Amino acid sequence: MSDPKTLLSIDNVSKNFGSVVAVDGVSLDIRENEFFALLGPSGCGKTTLLRVLAGFEAPSGGRLLLDGKDIARIPPNRRPVNLMFQSYALFPHMSVRANISYGLEMEKLPAAEIRGRVDEMLATTQLSELADRKPEQLSGGQKQRVALARALVKKPRLLLLDEPLGALDKKLRGAMQLELKRLQDDVGITFVIVTHDQEEALVMADRMAVLKDGRLLQCDTPHEIYEHPADRFVADFIGVMNFCPGKAGADGVMTTEGILLKGTMPQGLATGDAAVAAVRPERIHIFPAEGIENRTGGKVAALAYHGLDLQLHIQTSLNDKPFLVRVTADAADRRPIGVGDAVEIGWSAADTRIFKD
Amino acid sequence: MAPALAWLAALMVVPCGLVLALAFFRRGIYGGIEYTFTLENFGLAFDPLYAGIFLNSARIAGTATLIAVVIGYAAAYAIAAAPRRLQPVFLFFAVLPFWSNYLIRTYAWIVLLNREGLLTQLLRWFGYEGEPPSLLYTEGAVITGLVYNYLPFVILACYAPLARLNPELGEASRDLGASAMTTFRRVILPLTLPGIAAGAVFVFVLSIGNFVTPALLGGGRFQMIGNLVYDQFLTANDWPFGAALSMALIAIMMLLLTVQAMAAERASGRARTAEGDAAHG
Amino acid sequence: MADRPKPGRSPLWLVLTLVYGFLYIPIAVLVALSFNEGGLPTVWSGFSLKWYGSLAANSEILSAALNTLIVALVSTAIATLLGTLLALGIEMRRRHGRALEALIFAPMIIPDIVLAIALLSFFSMLNITMGLHTIVLAHVVFNLAFVCSVVRARLKSFDWSIVEASSDLGASATTTFRRVTLPVILPAVIAGALLAFTLSVDEFIIAYFTAGAGRASTTLPMQIYSMIRFGITPEINALATIVMAVSIAALTLSQRLNRTVAP
Repeated sequence: MSDPKTLLSIDNVSKNFGSVVAVDGVSLDIRENEFFALLGPSGCGKTTLLRVLAGFEAPSGGRLLLDGKDIARIPPNRRPVNLMFQSYALFPHMSVRANISYGLEMEKLPAAEIRGRVDEMLATTQLSELADRKPEQLSGGQKQRVALARALVKKPRLLLLDEPLGALDKKLRGAMQLELKRLQDDVGITFVIVTHDQEEALVMADRMAVLKDGRLLQCDTPHEIYEHPADRFVADFIGVMNFCPGKAGADGVMTTEGILLKGTMPQGLATGDAAVAAVRPERIHIFPAEGIENRTGGKVAALAYHGLDLQLHIQTSLNDKPFLVRVTADAADRRPIGVGDAVEIGWSAADTRIFKD
Repeated sequence: MAPALAWLAALMVVPCGLVLALAFFRRGIYGGIEYTFTLENFGLAFDPLYAGIFLNSARIAGTATLIAVVIGYAAAYAIAAAPRRLQPVFLFFAVLPFWSNYLIRTYAWIVLLNREGLLTQLLRWFGYEGEPPSLLYTEGAVITGLVYNYLPFVILACYAPLARLNPELGEASRDLGASAMTTFRRVILPLTLPGIAAGAVFVFVLSIGNFVTPALLGGGRFQMIGNLVYDQFLTANDWPFGAALSMALIAIMMLLLTVQAMAAERASGRARTAEGDAAHG
Repeated sequence: MADRPKPGRSPLWLVLTLVYGFLYIPIAVLVALSFNEGGLPTVWSGFSLKWYGSLAANSEILSAALNTLIVALVSTAIATLLGTLLALGIEMRRRHGRALEALIFAPMIIPDIVLAIALLSFFSMLNITMGLHTIVLAHVVFNLAFVCSVVRARLKSFDWSIVEASSDLGASATTTFRRVTLPVILPAVIAGALLAFTLSVDEFIIAYFTAGAGRASTTLPMQIYSMIRFGITPEINALATIVMAVSIAALTLSQRLNRTVAP
C-alpha cells in the first residue's frame, strides 16, 4: 500500500474575532478519502475551524492548501468544499428534489445531467419516495439525509459536517453513525465531521483531532488517542479515566500516601514535578494476580449494573474521588461483590499513563 | 371578557353593519336617507367622474406603496444584517416616527416643500435662479407624504420575515455555489416576500383611503377615495354613497389580502413545479 | 468573503444613513424652527422660546389640549381595564374561535375613515349628541384592542401552573390574582396603557368625525389640522414639538416596559 495522499493541509491557521482567539495556530493534514473528526468541548474552536474550511470565515493567519493550492481567500461559492449545516438549512420553499438540484443548477450543468445525478443521489440516500415533499413534511432523520444528499451531489473534494447527528435522538444517532460511515465508503469523498461527542468520534473516525481553547492537542487514530492520550485533558475528555495525583519519580508517580504507581514516564517531566498516574476502568483488576505492579486496597462505595458489565465505585486512599472499575458481568457472577466490601485492586505498569498535572 | 366584547359589538360591529346597510339605501332629497333598497350607490362608482378618481387614487397609492416597499425592504435588510445587539436600536428608531402625530409628520413636509421652504432655499443655494418650482400641492408631494408616513410600518413588516430567516439558509446557498445575487433572488426574496406583500396591502389600503395627506400636501387638487368618503359625509351629505365607498375600501382590502394569500400559496407551488421541470427536462 | 453582509464594509450603512435621514430630517427641521426667533422657515434669527410662550397664552390651544388629555386619560383607563380582562379571558381558555380573533384584530386593521363614518352614522341615527364622551367611546374601541394584544403577548409566555401553585398553597382566586397574576403581567398592562394613551393623544380622523359640532370638543390634533389648513403660524412648530415629545416619551417608556410591543 502506498502512502495515503494529503488532500487538505491546514497550515498554522488562526482566527480571531477582535481580541478573542477562536483558532490558535492549528496545523494538521487531512488525507484523501478519510473520515476525519474534529472533537472538543463547546467553545474549543472546532466550529470556527470548520467555517474557515467552508469559506464563511477568512483565517486571520495561516494557509489552507487543498490539493496543494491555497484556498484561504476563495469565497465559499467557488470552493470544491461543501458543508452540511447543523440546522440542515434546507430551503423551506423548495421540494427535496429542488433542494438537491440547487447546487448543480449553480454549476450550470445540462438539465438532463442534473436530473440523472439527483435521481442517483435520491436512490443512494433512500429518498426517492420523498422527492416531491417539502422539508416541513420530513422527519428529523429524513431532513438529515436531504442535507447530506444536497451537499454530496456536488461531489465535493471535501465534505464538512457540523454536528450532523446532534439534532437526532439517541437511538437514531447510533444507526446514522454506521449509515454515514457506509455512505462515506460508497461515495469515496473525504468527510470532516465536527462533534463534541467523543463516543461518536471514536466510532466513526479514521483519524481525529482533539481541540481545546483553539489549540490542537492531539491528532491521531481513535485507538492511539484512547490508549495514548497526549495530555491529562485528552485522557479525561476521551472515555473514562481514573487519576491519582502525586509527584513524578524516576519510573512512576509517588502518591501523597507514599505509594509508587509505576508506569512509563513521558518526556519533559522532571522528578518532583506535580504529576498524575491514570488508568482506564477496564484495565483495573479486582483481586489482582501476582506480578501486577500497581495495587491498593479500597472499599466498594457503590455498584451500578449496566447489563453487559458492572461498574464499581471503589474508595481508596489514593484519590478523593472513588475509582471507577469495570467488571464483566461474567466475572462478577463468579465472585459476588457487595457495597461495603473491602477489595484489593491493581493494574499493570503497562496500562498506566503518566501526565504532567 | 364580556364587557370588552360587548363594547366591540356595540361600537364596531353594529356601526359597521349599519354602514353596510346604508350602502343599499337611497339618498333622500334633503340629504337624509330614504329607506328603499337600491344598488345604485355601487353603480355610481362606475360613473366616469368617480371612476377617474378611483383610478387616480389607485395609481397614487400604488406608486407610494411601491416606493415605500423598495426603500423599506432595503432598510429592513440593512437592519437585519447589522450586529445583533444594534438591531433593536435601529428598529426602534425606524419605527419611532410612526408613533408621533400623523398630522405633524405631514405638516413637516409642508415646511420643507413650500415655495419659501427649505428645499427651494437649497435649490437657490445651488445657484438656481428664477421662479421657484412648485413642489407643494403636487402629486409628488402627496406620494412623498404617504411614503414618509407609512415607511416605518413597511420597515417593520419587512424586518420580521428577514429576521426570522435562518442565516444558515443564505450560507447554504453560497456553499452550494450560488452568487450573492442568486442567493438573494432564489432564497432570500422568495422566503420573505409573502410577509412583505401583506404589509404592502395595508399601506395601499391606508393610502387609498387617506384624506389628510391629499388635503394637506395635495392642496385638495388630488382626490383619493378617502376624500370622497369625507365629502359624502361632511359636505355633500350623501351618506349612502359614502357608505358604499367605505365598504368598497374594506372590499379592496379583503380582496388584496386574499389575492396575496393565494399568490403566496401559488408561488411556492409554482417554484416547486418549475424546479421540478428544470430537473426533469 | 464572509457570507452575511457586514454593514461596516458595504452599502448597507449608506442605505441606513439615507433612510434615517429621510425619516428624521423633516422632524428635526420642525423642532429647530420651533426655537427660531423670527419664525420664518428659511432664516435663522436666533434661539428663542417665544413661540412656546405664545402657545401658553393661546386659550384655544390650551382648551384643546385639556380636551385631548381628558379623552386620552378616560379612554385609556377604560381600555386598559377592559383590554386586560379580555386578554386574561382569552388566554385562560385554551381554545377559542377564529371569529373572536377577527373581532379583536379588526379595530387594529380597519381603516380609520371607515370606523369614523360608521360611528358618525351610528351616533346620529340614535340621536346621540356628540362631544368628548363620544370620542371616548370611539377611542376605547381601538385602544382596548391594542392593550389586549400587548397583554396577550406577555400572557403567551405566562406559566399558568404558578396560578395553580398559588391556589394549592391556599390562596383564594382574588388573592392569587393580586399576588401572582397581576404582578407578572403588570409591566405589559402599563406598556399597553401607555401605547393606548399615545394613540389616543395622536388620533385625529375618528375624533374629527365623532366630536360633533362646535368648538367645545375640539381636540389637539383637530386644532392642529385647522391651524395647518387655515393659516400657518410658527406656533404650530412649538406645538408639534411638544406633542411629539410627549408621544415619543410615552412610547419609549412603553417599549422599555415591554419589548414585544409592535404597532
